[in-house]
Amino acid sequence: MPISITEIALIIILILLAPLAIAGLSLINTGLGRSRSAAHSMLASLCIFAVAAGAYLICGFAWQGYIGAPAHVIVAAGRQWNWLARAPFFFRGMDFNASALSLAACLQIFSVGLAALIPLGACLDRWKLSAACASTALLAGCTYPLFAHWVWGGGWLAQLGINAAMGHGVIDAGGSGTIQAVGGLTALALAWILGPRRGKYSLEGMPTAIPGHNAVLILFGCFLALFGWFGLNSAGAMLFTGAAPVRVVLISMNTALAAGAAILAAVVITGLRFGRPDVSISANGWVGGLVASSASCAFVSPVAALVIGGIAGALVTYSVEWFELHFGVDDPGGAISVHAVAGIWGLLAVGIFARFPASVMNVAGDLPGASAARDSAQWLAQIVAVATLIGFILPLTYGLNFALNRIWPQRVPMEGERQGLDLYELGGGAYPEFITHSEEFGQFR
Amino acid sequence: MKLAGFLLLLAGWAIVVAAVVLLIPANARAIFVLAGVGVEIIGLTLVIRSNPLAGREKE
Repeated sequence: MPISITEIALIIILILLAPLAIAGLSLINTGLGRSRSAAHSMLASLCIFAVAAGAYLICGFAWQGYIGAPAHVIVAAGRQWNWLARAPFFFRGMDFNASALSLAACLQIFSVGLAALIPLGACLDRWKLSAACASTALLAGCTYPLFAHWVWGGGWLAQLGINAAMGHGVIDAGGSGTIQAVGGLTALALAWILGPRRGKYSLEGMPTAIPGHNAVLILFGCFLALFGWFGLNSAGAMLFTGAAPVRVVLISMNTALAAGAAILAAVVITGLRFGRPDVSISANGWVGGLVASSASCAFVSPVAALVIGGIAGALVTYSVEWFELHFGVDDPGGAISVHAVAGIWGLLAVGIFARFPASVMNVAGDLPGASAARDSAQWLAQIVAVATLIGFILPLTYGLNFALNRIWPQRVPMEGERQGLDLYELGGGAYPEFITHSEEFGQFR
Repeated sequence: MKLAGFLLLLAGWAIVVAAVVLLIPANARAIFVLAGVGVEIIGLTLVIRSNPLAGREKE
């Protein structure tokens, strides 16, 4: 795909905004956790990003590939179905010359880092640092590249438009499914495997509230995440759906409007239900709006983005309660609701609200001209993507992490939870001056 | 029960993939895709219900 120097400059700027999403999510996770695990949470965020980038360098990109790159193909019913890329490991043979391929590889380093960070939110206060790194390697080296190839690398989901006349194939411009739902479903699998924090549920199974320790970190993280999502959505739309650079204006508006509608929905719903707005659920609503906006950001009107965001905010608000109260899943950061539930909604929203311009390009091949009939079948392609996430990616990520847990137990011992992960795994806390040590009083009269 | 749930998830996905690959008529394909999604929902329900803490608040 030839791109002009202006487009290259714009895409590079947008890609360099993407790490702000990682920074924002790290702050949100840390703020929603306990103070005695805050330093551990931030350090784990950095380590997870580092491991994800390394694993993606080794084999992730080789299996994800890019449009037009060599791939393994199955022929079924007379049609070719592309199921796995066949690129060299370690980015070998790639020219880092700002070609579309190298720009996509650069964006993917940050995207996979963000996807790998999502499970940390569900595993706060009880996940070993070493196990988090090992689990991240599985996600970045196996689960993520597989689904990303299918959607963004010209794989069989992207080919649904050409091979099965399902709209333009699966469209996921900014990664509602590829980044967010994959990370969110991994978070769900890990939350099941690790079990709830000690003290979270009574013997009768009733959950107790363990509020986050720093609301300012949470809300500042939300602001940072907005800028990160501008980059993710815009760069993703340009590189993976062929959106024109002028669409960055619409994409940025839609991203902000969806987040705004989502947090307002969460504030109103929690205000009506609990008598006053809940900070952590409202912040989760904001991020849920960002997540839901990603897939369709380039192809919906601002009004549709408002609706998508509002529904995402409501979904997140109720979903947090359902997972905690009815499903017995302890998710301190709300990662499952925010990333899995809102991500799946974002994918489905493409099929409901998106209207594609004549120039839209599917990664599996150009489908010239807009067609109302073709657009009307888009919903089925999006449902196939959701079915693949729930029916294949969830069992795969659960199986991989279950096996890892057998080899290397992922949960800290009871003593670690009692002390807090800062003291148990790092030997010092994030806020040492807040701790009263009896020996300090013994030294002075 | 959890294993059965995960097997149903995979079975539902297999139905979806088979419908996409093998069926040509759009209506039949859509019906079978939705049927596969239905099987997945049953599987997901089983997996969720197999969590020892799920549904305890009603007791």
